[in-house]
Amino acid sequence: MKHTIATLVENEFGVLTRIAGLFSARGYNIESLSVAPTLDPTVSRLTLVTRGDDAVIEQIQKQLNKLIPVIKVDDLTRREHMERELMLVKVKASEHTRAEVLRMAEVFRADVVDVSETSYSLEITGKADKVDAFLRMLEPHGILEMVRTGPVGMRRGADSFTIET
Amino acid sequence: MPLYLASMQNDKRAVCKPMSKLSGAQIFVECLKREGVEYIFGYPGGSVLPIYDEIFKTSHFKHVLVRHEQAALHGANGYARISGKCGVALVTSGPGATNAVTGLADSYMDSIPTVCFSGQVPTHLIGNDAFQEADTVGLTRSATKHNFLVKNVEDLARTIRQAFFVATNGRPGPVLVDIPKDVSAATCEFDYPEQIEMRSYKPVTKGHPGQIRRATNAMLAAKRPMMYTGGGVISSRASSKLLRKLVHQLGFPITHTLMGLGAVSCDDKHFLGMLGMHGTYEANMAVSGCDCLIAIGARFDDRVTGRVEDFASGATIIHVDIDPSSISKNVKVDIPIVGDVGTVLSQLLSELDKTKAKPDAEALKIWWRQISEWQSRDCLRFEQSMDDAIKPQFVVQQLHEKTKGNAIISTEVGQHQMWAAQLYGFKDPHRWLTSGGLGTMGYGLPAAIGAQLAAPGETVIDIAGEASIQMNIQELSTAMQYMTPVKVAILNNGYMGMVRQWQEMFYGSRYSHSYSESLPNFVKLAEAYGCAGFRIEKPADVGPTIEKALAINDRPVIMDFAVSQKENVYPMVPAGAALNEMVLR
Repeated sequence: MKHTIATLVENEFGVLTRIAGLFSARGYNIESLSVAPTLDPTVSRLTLVTRGDDAVIEQIQKQLNKLIPVIKVDDLTRREHMERELMLVKVKASEHTRAEVLRMAEVFRADVVDVSETSYSLEITGKADKVDAFLRMLEPHGILEMVRTGPVGMRRGADSFTIET
Repeated sequence: MPLYLASMQNDKRAVCKPMSKLSGAQIFVECLKREGVEYIFGYPGGSVLPIYDEIFKTSHFKHVLVRHEQAALHGANGYARISGKCGVALVTSGPGATNAVTGLADSYMDSIPTVCFSGQVPTHLIGNDAFQEADTVGLTRSATKHNFLVKNVEDLARTIRQAFFVATNGRPGPVLVDIPKDVSAATCEFDYPEQIEMRSYKPVTKGHPGQIRRATNAMLAAKRPMMYTGGGVISSRASSKLLRKLVHQLGFPITHTLMGLGAVSCDDKHFLGMLGMHGTYEANMAVSGCDCLIAIGARFDDRVTGRVEDFASGATIIHVDIDPSSISKNVKVDIPIVGDVGTVLSQLLSELDKTKAKPDAEALKIWWRQISEWQSRDCLRFEQSMDDAIKPQFVVQQLHEKTKGNAIISTEVGQHQMWAAQLYGFKDPHRWLTSGGLGTMGYGLPAAIGAQLAAPGETVIDIAGEASIQMNIQELSTAMQYMTPVKVAILNNGYMGMVRQWQEMFYGSRYSHSYSESLPNFVKLAEAYGCAGFRIEKPADVGPTIEKALAINDRPVIMDFAVSQKENVYPMVPAGAALNEMVLR
């Protein structure tokens, strides 16, 4: 099963290598990984998506916690949470298809970031399955380039995951 | 900051605060002094010259010059295990650091507290493929518990403090601190952090009271209990006393892993010997047949469990470990307790006192009757005829007899290591040094030197094979220089014995490259280093020669025992088999 794991780490050099190294050394896979500093600039927050049965996910959390610069680990998938991912996609737009591509963007509430004579560059934010669906709808028009951030996530409600909580 | 500016500032401050500004190298020495370091195992080189220059001037600790950096780490490891303190090593950049990697990985697998300092090229050259540059932090990341690169001299004292803290707290392990040459030369105010706290590293030491209660209930309800303990009991220094108390109070049988030998005495009737691939029949059968397995400071290693699906498959498993990631990693555990072994053992003992309940005496009696039936197979039996070649087992047994089981024993890796584990017989913890996890040939001699420095008056014997000993034989020179009279007992069968055994059993006796054609004359080799050397070819000479060797205390001794070539280590659980499918001989 797919799990989204949030991790708070010391914002120091080499932490990302330690985490990537842990996954490759122990044979776990990373589907996506995104990282940036938090409100406290000494702490970074990392969201990673991985797959595994319960035992594997438990080990992944324990192994992450074992890394010295890791402060806290939370498996968001185990609780009510929200997730969002951002995608930029460059799609072919010919005279005949321009209107259709724009209509699709409207339906999915994607924004047009850039236009050329032969293409549109669109931006969409949403849950991974919405992003997937949008991509499927654009595919017939011809996708020139695509980039996704991988999801970031947090718990629902006032309950939060910070170094204080 | 340009150096001239730094020195100007230095002059200004010197008026009110003399001596407070130190170089990185001086900070290094000062920090080690405050950590109570007694010995440092090292090898100089270009990028550690500023540090060596300060070591030249200090009398706070002694430097042991090894002959290869791998040996520096093994020496620190041996010293740490015997002294209970953190082992310290110092190596130069590039090849110094790469040579140290095996020793670091060894300490990591066996959870031995060590801090290794490595020199690094100056910060402005890092990444330039400079002379003797290696990405040491990158290379050692997966061979250490943690590592640091110090880029500013201001961070040095705090980093060294953190390194010792991480190495010795929680599950112990090796930590590396990489110090560029310009950092050890630069100066700053010396500010030693007396207290150290890391928000990201707070190991749990006390067991959860609810889990302690569940564990004692399970232990008291057991009809066929079995205790299985490992290196955690050895590294949580005071815990073997508590373990012995628990074993005697409950009357439960107990087995140790390779790393856990000596936790209870080999003479204790509760002790069933080692378990696992070359464990005793009784230990493996009892683990397979128990209904409650109490695992303490052990990690369910594949050499212990055999086929995991069948490991203690009918048992409620209790697991005490300081490392949460060890729990349910290989075998699913029913009652996990995260905490320091010593602390949890005291908690278990006081919980047992509180409940006043006793184990089921009747069930235990039946269980012990079954166990003694298994014991009657006498699985470690061997026969030494005085006319035949020397049996390797006989040498180990004679070493035990002549030292009354009181020596500190280190080993290399292979058959001799297993015979030493099976047959030497340890009465106390911290007498047994072996490379359990990584299985590093070449570990035993440098570890013995470290052990001898930690325990100067004791007899230290490296039980070795003729192949393993050659991996760090150059350390005889170190042993000689520091007058550590270690004894090396080579069980010389001409083969890499364990490789040959596997080739015999699983590869149709095709002894591919496991035979050493051109062995040195070990007696002459010993003499070349200034050590004493003996060659022993007859069983009748084994005992007397050991006595002669034990009497030599002014230099190291090599005893080269010509043992029968094709002796195998039994019992043996073939790879992939369950513990109760062992081959007895």
